[in-house]
Amino acid sequence: MIRFVVPLVLVAAWWASTSGGWVKSYQLASPTDVLRELGDLAQSGALWHDLGASVARVAVGFGIALIAALLLGAYVGGSRRGEALLDPTLQAIRAVPSLAWVPLILLWLGIGEVAKITLVAIGAFFPIYVALVSGIRGVDRKLIEVGRSFGLSRAALIARVLVPATFPQLLVGARIGLTQAWLFLVAAELLAASSGLGFLLTDGQQTSRTDEILVAILLFACCGKLSESAMRSTERRLVGWADTAAP
Amino acid sequence: MTPAARVRGLRKAFGDRLILDGFDLDVARGERIAILGASGCGKSTLLRCIAGLERADAGTIATQGDVGIVFQEPRLFPWLTVEANVAFGARTAEERARVPALLGLVGLGHAARLLPKALSGGMAQRAALARALVRDPNVLLLDEPFAALDALRRIELRVALDEILTFARASAILVTHDVDDALAIADRALVLAGSPAEIAFAGTVGAEATRATILAALGVPAEGERGRRRLQHERG
Repeated sequence: MIRFVVPLVLVAAWWASTSGGWVKSYQLASPTDVLRELGDLAQSGALWHDLGASVARVAVGFGIALIAALLLGAYVGGSRRGEALLDPTLQAIRAVPSLAWVPLILLWLGIGEVAKITLVAIGAFFPIYVALVSGIRGVDRKLIEVGRSFGLSRAALIARVLVPATFPQLLVGARIGLTQAWLFLVAAELLAASSGLGFLLTDGQQTSRTDEILVAILLFACCGKLSESAMRSTERRLVGWADTAAP
Repeated sequence: MTPAARVRGLRKAFGDRLILDGFDLDVARGERIAILGASGCGKSTLLRCIAGLERADAGTIATQGDVGIVFQEPRLFPWLTVEANVAFGARTAEERARVPALLGLVGLGHAARLLPKALSGGMAQRAALARALVRDPNVLLLDEPFAALDALRRIELRVALDEILTFARASAILVTHDVDDALAIADRALVLAGSPAEIAFAGTVGAEATRATILAALGVPAEGERGRRRLQHERG
């Protein structure tokens, strides 16, 4: 129960400060205003339109990042040549704060969906890639040896030993990647969008509608929390065998 | 009759260090051999060459039928249940069907559905033993299989292994540094020494190979003064 104390106090203080008139509504909308705005947006259909646009961008961008990270991570983690060929470059690219790519991406890809999805994919790619490479490198050689002692082929070793052994790390990477995907979505939608939760943010700012801004923030929080919970329960289901809980 | 395992002229070097050179060994069918020696004497390397985990630089290794191996650590796959671990090496439905009997044999019938993280060290090592037996091997290779266990679990597993080898009618090569392991399990004891390794001592357990002769070959005094007096007392 104690976990609810701080949020309840904060909401109470929020409600008291706005309804008491100490804070103007263009600075901070009251909880009731925010709820009303949420209801209005839901009724007009704008809410579902923006939410759907954002979720779709995250889903597609994350999916692309996952596939790219699986292919590149498997190549780099699994072969010395792959590591020598690609890893230095990818590490160098990773060292660039990813938002620094924004201007270039906007110049190259314009302000359409492709640019936003690309940005989301860049954000999600690196955590998954890094986790997969370190997961593959960290596989216990002794377990591989057991597989070899039964005369398993290379393909069977990969399928029956390497892949399951790497899975916990991969899922942790995917969870962090998904969080990053939401982060980059906000950045992409703040810069240029005519739909999405980020668009609600900018629209609210331009029209001084703090209720709209808070609705968008609330929805971001819900989406982030939901996707993280989903990933965690996937981890519990699939890699509950791992000895230590994933961080 | 062809031996269960035959090693001829085996040579293995790691870098400049020649571990084995011109090494010969025969293991008769059903025979159990213990190989003793100081750490780094080459006994594990010999076993790993026979298991196919190390590539020999020269020489031939011939084994009849399948070979199973048990390592010092259980090395169970943490994502598989105990029964799935035991079934890991099964290639046919017949071999898979053997799993429940193997689990019963090592006393893990009740633990079939558990994950390795729920097992004690002794249970995990027994599961590893069952896994090595799933193909009904003719030769079982044991690389210090008791080393990670405490004294009581060690005795327990030794007894279990003795019964299992009798039941499976398999030959065994047990690499150990413990004389008691050798005396409890093996028909023949070999002591490796030197670099490259040579057989410094070989004898039938109960005849030439006793606690005293094996320890002497290992260059370790068998008993101190108190021990000698106790032994004399025991012998009356």
